[in-house]
Amino acid sequence: MNKINSIRKDWSLIETLIAQDRKILDIGCGDGGLMEQLENNRNAITHGIELNRDLAANAIARGFNVVHGNAELDLSQYSNNSFDYVILSQTLQAMMKPKDILSELLRIGSKAIVSFPNFGHWKIRLQLLISGKMPVTESLPYTWYDTPNIHFFTIKDFLNLCNEMNIVIEKSIGLTSKGRQFDISESITGVNFFTHEAIFLLSYKNFEPIKIKSSKKVFAKNSVIAN
Amino acid sequence: MNTKFTTDTKLESEIAYFENINLKLESGDLIDSFKLAFKTYGKLNTDKTNAILICHALTGDQYVAGNNPITGREGWWSRMVGPNKPIDTNKFFVICSNVLGGCAGSTGPKELLNGSDVAYGGNFPSVTIKDMVKAQSLLIESLNIEKLFSVIGGSMGAMQALQWVIDFPDKILNIIHIAGALKHSAQNIAFHEVGRQAIMSDPIWRNGKYFENDEVPERGLSVARMIAHITYLSENAMHKKFGRKLQSRDIISFGFDADFQVESYLRYQGKSFVERFDANSYLYLTRAMDYFDHDETFRKNIEFSHNPNDHLKYLIVSFTSDWLFPTIESKMIVNQLNSLSREVSFLEIDTNKGHDSFLLEEPQLDDVIKGFLTNNFAKIDE
Repeated sequence: MNKINSIRKDWSLIETLIAQDRKILDIGCGDGGLMEQLENNRNAITHGIELNRDLAANAIARGFNVVHGNAELDLSQYSNNSFDYVILSQTLQAMMKPKDILSELLRIGSKAIVSFPNFGHWKIRLQLLISGKMPVTESLPYTWYDTPNIHFFTIKDFLNLCNEMNIVIEKSIGLTSKGRQFDISESITGVNFFTHEAIFLLSYKNFEPIKIKSSKKVFAKNSVIAN
Repeated sequence: MNTKFTTDTKLESEIAYFENINLKLESGDLIDSFKLAFKTYGKLNTDKTNAILICHALTGDQYVAGNNPITGREGWWSRMVGPNKPIDTNKFFVICSNVLGGCAGSTGPKELLNGSDVAYGGNFPSVTIKDMVKAQSLLIESLNIEKLFSVIGGSMGAMQALQWVIDFPDKILNIIHIAGALKHSAQNIAFHEVGRQAIMSDPIWRNGKYFENDEVPERGLSVARMIAHITYLSENAMHKKFGRKLQSRDIISFGFDADFQVESYLRYQGKSFVERFDANSYLYLTRAMDYFDHDETFRKNIEFSHNPNDHLKYLIVSFTSDWLFPTIESKMIVNQLNSLSREVSFLEIDTNKGHDSFLLEEPQLDDVIKGFLTNNFAKIDE
C-alpha cells in the first residue's frame, strides 16, 4: 500500500465516522483534499489549519477556509465546542506535546478523530529486533535523524493514555498492512501486533456540553458535568 | 439623499456630489456637502451581485487600473485588477474611490470650502477611517448597489475593509484584508509624526496656507515621503536592490551629494511624490491612520453587533518582511475571528519586499485572491 492510497483509505474511513451537516476542523489539512471530500459527501462546513505555506495557499486558492499556522500554538484561539468534529490525521506522532493536543481536540470539538501509524506493528517490532536499527516502513518512511515523527507510540499506549485522560473511545478501526479493515474493540488478541494504522473516534462522553440558546446565539460550556 | 454625478474629463474620473447631506464626522464636525472622485471597471451584472469595492492605501487614489492622468502612469494595482487578472473585470464590477480627505478629486484640504474660492487647507475637519467608509457607503448606496460582493484593501485600505465589517456588515459578503492591523502601532504613529513634522517645519507650509501664494512645501513633503518609503521596504530588499552601490560615480565625494544609489533613489521618490500629492492631505490621512484602533473593540463589535455578520468570509494576508504591519498583527485578527468561529482564511506570504509587497509581483497573493473571489462567487451564483 503506497502513501497516497493509504491517505485516501484513511480519509474514506474518517468519512464513515462523520454524520451529515456537521462543522469540522481538519488539522494539517494540506491542500484541502479531505475537506473537499467531506463537503461533497457529508455536506460539512469545514475549516482547516495547515503549517506548510504552499499547501495552505493552495487550499485557500481552492476556496477552503484555511488558516496558515501551527496547530500546537494556534488551537488555543478556538472556543470550547466550536466544532462537531476535530480531525487529526496521521500527525499526532509529530506533535511536541501529544497529550496537550488531545485535550485541545476535545475542548474545541464535541468529538475528535485521530489516526496514526501503530508502532507496535509486527514488522516494526521485527525490524528493531533483528536489525537493531530504528525501523523504516511504508507508514513511517523516515530515517531516525530526519523524521518529523518524534513521539512513537503503539495502540496499547494510546488506549492507556485515553483511559488516563477519561477519554471515551466511541469507535476504533484498525487496518492491516494489506489494507484489511477490522474493529479494534472487538478483536481481542494480537490487535497491537497486526494493526498497521489505527483510526479512533473520541469524546468525553460523560461531559455533556450545556448550550444556552438566545434568539441569535448559542453559548456553549463544556465545564459542566451532566448525567 | 441628493446625489449628482458628473464626469471630470481632466481627472478622467466620475464625481459623485452629495449635497446638503450633513455628514457627521467622528470628530463631531459636520460636512454639509462633499464629493467623491471614483473610477469603475467592468460591468455590474443584472442582479447587482458582482460589485467589488477596492480601498486604496495612504497615498493611493481611485486609479486602481488603466491610465492615471495625474502621474501619466498605470494605475497602482494594474497588475491585480483588469480583464483576466486576479480581480477579473470580465467577471466583477470594480469600484475604487478617492478617500474623503484625499487629493485626487474627492473633498479634502485641497478642495474649495463650500461656496467660497479658498481651499480648506488646515481648516478641513479631521477625518477618520470610519468617516471614509461612511462616505464610501453613501457612494455605494447612490450607485444603487445593495450589497458589495467584496471589499478589498491593503494597508490603509485594509483598515477601511475592517471598518466595513464593523459598520456595514449587512452590506458586504466578504473582505480581503492585506498587510493591515487592528490598530496603528506606536512605531507607526512615530514614523508618521516624523513625516508630519517634516512638512510642518517647512517654512512654506505656513499653517497649511501655502496654496494662497501658489506654493508647495516641497522639501517637507519630500522628506516625509522619503522616511515613509524606507518603512515600506525591508532591510533585506534595500540591501539587495542598492547595497552600497554608488550613484553615477566611481569614488565617494567626501560631501553630501547623493553618493549612494539608495540616496538618489529616495530623493527621486520624494521629488516625484511632491508632484502628485498634497501636503495637507498627507497630514490629514496619516492622522486618520494613527487614530485607527480596534484592538479592544473589534471582537465585541463582531460578537455583539446588532447587525448580523455571521455570513462574512475573511481572507487575511500578511508578509514575512513587513515591519509596519507584521504578521502578528494579522494573526490577532485571525485569532479573534476564529474564537468566534467565523469563516476566515489566513496566509503569511514569504517575501523580502516588505510592506509594499501587496503592490508588487507576488504570485501567491494573486493565487489566493483569485481563488478566494472565484470560489466564493461561484457559491452565491449557484
